[in-house]
Amino acid sequence: MANQKKMMMIASRGSLDWAYPPFILGSTGAALDIDTSIFFTFYGLTLLLKDLNPKVTPAGNPAMPMKMPFGPKWFQGLNWPMPNAVINNVPFFDSFVTSMMKKTFKNKGVASIPELRELCIESGVKMIACQMTMDVFGFTKDDFIDGVEFAGAATALEIASESDIQFFL
Amino acid sequence: MIVVTPSKKMRKEDSMNAKEELDCRGLNCPLPILKTKKAIEKLASGDVLKVIATDPGSSNDMDAWARRTGNPIVDKSEGNGEYVFFIKKG
Repeated sequence: MANQKKMMMIASRGSLDWAYPPFILGSTGAALDIDTSIFFTFYGLTLLLKDLNPKVTPAGNPAMPMKMPFGPKWFQGLNWPMPNAVINNVPFFDSFVTSMMKKTFKNKGVASIPELRELCIESGVKMIACQMTMDVFGFTKDDFIDGVEFAGAATALEIASESDIQFFL
Repeated sequence: MIVVTPSKKMRKEDSMNAKEELDCRGLNCPLPILKTKKAIEKLASGDVLKVIATDPGSSNDMDAWARRTGNPIVDKSEGNGEYVFFIKKG
């Protein structure tokens, strides 16, 4: 397509909540016939691991609604404010919050992160892993899914310079 | 002679002559769009795809997708929490 748009995203965060924007916009970009690339750097790099299991925590995020994904409607509507003292001291609190968020997404018909990543790959979204981050965090190429390219800042900026749409996430 | 008159709704759908039907009920953003894209790729130019969704956001999103990809929405309706789109492959 002669007038095909180009989109470039930098995914810098690897928690469950922040895994959604690059994969939603990436898969939707491809569905809109936009030539889409995602550059995964810092914590975002973990979203390209074969072992994909992002977690979420309310620690340091006072805006995060704390609601239960089960029970009667009035119960699900309740917000449970969690003081940092609780969040930081209850063992496995993050795992609990993560499973609650996954359940909520599923209840609302939202695709899971592994599903959305698969849809991105299937539709030809280019996935670029930050080589420097890989070295710093001690990953090897074998840790990552097939089809990933490895490159650095210059590659990211070259793609960005040719893109109509850019996001830093 | 017995004449069977189809309901108004049936006639409308018949006139659209949808080649395929895609059920996106219960799915949330961006799945209805992604599934619509996949389904339309399997059709030939001029074929009509019928999509049923329950995501209120799909009303605007389907319009945006149709504009960007050049597959016009030839008919659109809403009722009982369902959104029905007839999309012609461009």
